[in-house]
Amino acid sequence: MSNRTVIPFGPQHPVLPEPIHLKLVVEDEIVKEAVPALGYVHRGLEMLATKRDYHQMINVCERVCGICSMIHAVCYSQSIEELMKIEVPERAQFLRVIWSELHRMHSHLLWLGLFADAFGFEALFMQFWKVRERIMDINEATAGNRVIVSVNVIGGVRADLSQEQLRWILDELEIVEKEVKAMENTILNDYTVKSRTVGAGVMTYDQAYELGAVGPTGRGSGLKSDARMLGYGAYKHLDFEPVVHPDGDSYARSWVRFHEVYRSIDLVRQAAAALPEGDLAAKVKGNPEGEVVMRVEQPRGECLYYVKGNGSKFLDRVRIRTPTFANIPPLLTMVPECELADVPVIVLSIDPCISCTER
Amino acid sequence: MLTFTPNILKNLAAKPATRKYPFVKREQFSGVRGELYNDIDNCIFCGMCSRKCPTQCITVDKTAGTWVCDPFTCVFCGICADSCPAKCLHFHAEHRPPSVERETISMQGEPPKPKVKKKAKAAPAKEEAGKKAKAEPEEAPKED
Repeated sequence: MSNRTVIPFGPQHPVLPEPIHLKLVVEDEIVKEAVPALGYVHRGLEMLATKRDYHQMINVCERVCGICSMIHAVCYSQSIEELMKIEVPERAQFLRVIWSELHRMHSHLLWLGLFADAFGFEALFMQFWKVRERIMDINEATAGNRVIVSVNVIGGVRADLSQEQLRWILDELEIVEKEVKAMENTILNDYTVKSRTVGAGVMTYDQAYELGAVGPTGRGSGLKSDARMLGYGAYKHLDFEPVVHPDGDSYARSWVRFHEVYRSIDLVRQAAAALPEGDLAAKVKGNPEGEVVMRVEQPRGECLYYVKGNGSKFLDRVRIRTPTFANIPPLLTMVPECELADVPVIVLSIDPCISCTER
Repeated sequence: MLTFTPNILKNLAAKPATRKYPFVKREQFSGVRGELYNDIDNCIFCGMCSRKCPTQCITVDKTAGTWVCDPFTCVFCGICADSCPAKCLHFHAEHRPPSVERETISMQGEPPKPKVKKKAKAAPAKEEAGKKAKAEPEEAPKED
């Protein structure tokens, strides 16, 4: 005899900074099914492509996401550069990698804090955000703004890093690494933390593959997929191996994100060491024409841009598929058969960015 | 067990991680884009900033010599300052204080001189207007 109840989760929920609505079909305390509802923060940013010229669209693309803004701009600029056959100077490519990885770091530290907050570990949440502040300072000092750095232009970057700044960044990252390491034992080995994350929201490798899970959500299930392996930009010159964990539960996903912070620090060090001299941006002449699809790796996973130009300065179409959009079907397979109290942790374990998803 | 204890002990011994904000303020980094201002004496009123601005927050009137910026629309990207040919646009590192009223930064400068000279040649007014109309569309594609 079943006694099913529907419990609404979100769009306003203490654990979620952004609005996603899940209808949870519950039998006693066990969730049997989850039905998602999106569309609370649709902003129509893609439509602006027909109203702003292709240079100004960079600033629109940056604002698709408030956390990985830099990488959105990189993806968009790369698409236009591909369409217009622009050779981006090597130095600009390396600088893009440095700022991208700084964004990945601060996004993961933000998430690790929010995740700790989701299972009620407020002190750890504050600790992670304290470390994150160093990265925000690096962004502010080198690019002029904390989150939306606006360093990309079509054909390169606008800001440069001096030797002094690079040295300062590397010194700061040394401290960040030390401070993050101090938390490793807590987030990965603590009994209380493990009791909330181990075995919660399991997704197998096959499910991850079939549902097209991207980013740390997929890599937490052993799926070795990372768009940085494609070698776009300066990644082809850097030694890079994706972080993978085979378990597929919330713990595995937090493990992957935690270790990606180290990987990002390593990538910034490599890029800073190999940073070549040269121009910052190539000259841009003419207008984009044709179609292109571009993929880059964001903190939440693979982001896909489709851009169609018609030879005028306004684009015909910009289609953005953000990583959270791809991770919602995997989320719906994680939630069934879990306890109702675990739902916030599981939803947060995919690092949902809803404003990003709805653009 | 007690994995967070070393952190707690370290924090107990350490200074507070935050500042007592209104009384103690951190100095801004030098390259920070806090507030846009125009060195109006050097401005040539070309209007490049208003055309490049992604939010269209700047209005330039070449004939009247006014430069108006809506700071509540500005996104502090710094593209105007980069594209300014006279290099008269700059950013203060200090951020604008919050305001309860929607105000604009309005600046009055001297309109560019070549225009005044053209008028002084006493050309018929209709021809002048025709020249202007021709000159504007010619300028536009160059800026692409």
